Amino acid sequence: MSKFTPRDWASHPSYLSPEYKSSRLRGVSRNLVEIDPELAELTGPAFGEEVLGPLDNDLTRNGRVNGEPLGERIIVTGRVLDENGDPVPNTLVEVWQANAAGRYVHIRDQHDAPLDPNFLGAGRCVTDENGEYRFMTIKPGAYPWGNHPNAWRPNHIHFSLFGPTIATRLVTQMYFPGDPLLDLDPIYQSVPAQSRERLVSQFSIDVTEENYALGYVFDIVLRGVNATPVEA
Amino acid sequence: MVMKQTPSQTVGPYFAYGLTAQQYHYPHSQYADGCLVTDQTQGERIRIVGRVLDGHGDVVDDAMIEIWQANAAGRFDHPNDAREARPLDPAFKGFGRFGTGTTPDNSFRFDTIKPGAIRDGVAPFISVIVFGRGIMNHAYTRLYFSDETTANAADPVLEKVPADRRNTLIATRNDTATGVEYRFDIRMQGDNETVFFDF
Repeated sequence: MSKFTPRDWASHPSYLSPEYKSSRLRGVSRNLVEIDPELAELTGPAFGEEVLGPLDNDLTRNGRVNGEPLGERIIVTGRVLDENGDPVPNTLVEVWQANAAGRYVHIRDQHDAPLDPNFLGAGRCVTDENGEYRFMTIKPGAYPWGNHPNAWRPNHIHFSLFGPTIATRLVTQMYFPGDPLLDLDPIYQSVPAQSRERLVSQFSIDVTEENYALGYVFDIVLRGVNATPVEA
Repeated sequence: MVMKQTPSQTVGPYFAYGLTAQQYHYPHSQYADGCLVTDQTQGERIRIVGRVLDGHGDVVDDAMIEIWQANAAGRFDHPNDAREARPLDPAFKGFGRFGTGTTPDNSFRFDTIKPGAIRDGVAPFISVIVFGRGIMNHAYTRLYFSDETTANAADPVLEKVPADRRNTLIATRNDTATGVEYRFDIRMQGDNETVFFDF
């Protein structure tokens, strides 16, 4: 069990980020106890193609009831890499998001904006041998939340990834370039300044499909784990 | 390192229809839930029940818990664990996921088996990962078993934990009418804050 890069705390938010109110009583407050990774941390669940349904990577189709979802169709694609720049193949990528009006399907979301009967806002796919993933979806809208007066979340898509072991697990949010709400969002701002931009996708005319949908690229870098199998 | 890690962000309050859809009755599939066993799974059936508590001691009703564990023989179902002397169990993968928004007391519940010790000299345990609104980085902890007193006393990871905090990692065994239940509350803050790990 050899290479295993630590969680890079210069890249991640602090557990206690008081501007984001919910972190005040929920963030871990005492020092983490450092342990040497062993088999439990160098293994993890391996979900692949077998958990995918046929429309899981197309959020413009997987929630249809009687028509197309409303909003701006977009393509979100990118590579999942480790810190050496090597692709992370065959790993599950899950997404969930608000609809074009800024409303989540979740029952707790009571924002006074319309639900879209043809949009669920959840999907998943598995990276290919080059670590690439690709979703078709609708650009999510901004929405208000109760963190502070006139608080609005920037447009974002939630991502959940496993990578090869439980040590590489990552849950994050992807944002859109040029969003004026980023400067005002305490969740985005909780990330150290030098690493924030890694959460912002890039518009790509190459990914954009003519007469169909704009393309955004969001590459994701997981911790590096290169364990040697334990025998005997 | 040529690349830098993508920063973590909170899972937020609305993960349920994406990550735990069937548990919450949303129209989307779910590939892992609170039941890790089938009739064929080998090992002692146990149920793990617990709540996530915030710094005021209030129950967190929008957290998500994941668990990862070895099978009854102490083997992980993963290529990095190639120890043939410890057989794989085709009826056990070892991963579970449960949101705290559906049970009457907002507890998480896992039906699983008690794992075997993964090697000599360590106590059996289950890896636990906590996600939630307000939790900026998922938090790793471990669940040990109250009826493994001797093994716990010699466990090298528990030894690294300050003695007065070890109790936060020990799930309490109760033999109930419906089977063996281990109680494991997770306290994010406070005097009895659960020990969380970095590795």
